[in-house]
Amino acid sequence: MAESILARITLPEKARKGEVVAVRVIVRHPMERAVDAPGLRPVPRKILHTLRVTYAGAEVFRMEMSPGIAANPYVEFTTVAVESGAMVFEWQEDGGTVFRREARLEVA
Amino acid sequence: MSLHRRTLLALPLAAATAGGAAAQSITGESFAAAERAILAGRTPVAAGVTIAMPPLSENGNAVDLSVKVESPMTAEDHVSAIHILSELNPFPRVARFTLSPRAGRAEVTTRIRLATTQSIVVLAETSTGRVHRGTREVIVILGACVDGG
Repeated sequence: MAESILARITLPEKARKGEVVAVRVIVRHPMERAVDAPGLRPVPRKILHTLRVTYAGAEVFRMEMSPGIAANPYVEFTTVAVESGAMVFEWQEDGGTVFRREARLEVA
Repeated sequence: MSLHRRTLLALPLAAATAGGAAAQSITGESFAAAERAILAGRTPVAAGVTIAMPPLSENGNAVDLSVKVESPMTAEDHVSAIHILSELNPFPRVARFTLSPRAGRAEVTTRIRLATTQSIVVLAETSTGRVHRGTREVIVILGACVDGG
C-alpha cells in the first residue's frame, strides 16, 4: 500500500525524556497545482495534501497543505521526547496514494 | 455600425466584471470568507504571533515562513491549530497545522508559494478558545503563478 517516496527526515539521534526536539522533513514532490493558463496544456492537481506524524501512540503533528505550498514541501516542527520508538510520517497524495516513512528517536 | 456608443462604453465594464467572476470561480473562496470561517464569530487577539519571513522575495515559488506562537503548551492551554492565509493567492488557505501539547512549542516552519506582493495572515487557535492573529507583508518580485495572477 505504502509507495516509496524520497524524503529526508532530520531529528536528533538521542534525546532526554521531556526534551523538546526539532524535526525537519523535506520530501521530493512536484506539488502539481491545476495549471490551466492560455498556451499551456491543462494538468490535473496532484499534491501531497496531508502529512500526519504519529509517535508513541498518538498523532503529534498534522499539516494540511494546499497548492500554495512550494514544490518539495519542507516543514519543521517540534515534539516532546516521550519514549524510544519510531516516529511515523504519512503523506497523503491526491488520488489516494499514501507514502509512509519512519524515523527512530532514542530517549534516555 | 451595429454597436451603439452606449453599448461600446459598457463593454470594458462588462469584461472586467466577467474577469472578476472567473477569478472568483477559480479560488472558490475569498480571503475574507476563509478568515471569517476560521474565526467563526470569535474576535482575534492581535498579539502572541511572531512571523519570520524575508521582507522581500525574489522568487514567489518558495518563500520561507516561520511562525511562532506564545503558549505554555499545557493540556489546559495550548495552541491547537495554526492557519496560514494569503490575501492574494488563488487559494487563500495555504496551510493548516494541527498541534497538541506534545508539540512542546508552538513553532512551525515551511516554504510557501506567493502569487504577488501581499500580506500573510496567521491565525492561531488555542484550546481555551482564544484566537491569536498575526500579519506580515512580503514583497514578491516574481510571482509563483504562470498566468500572472
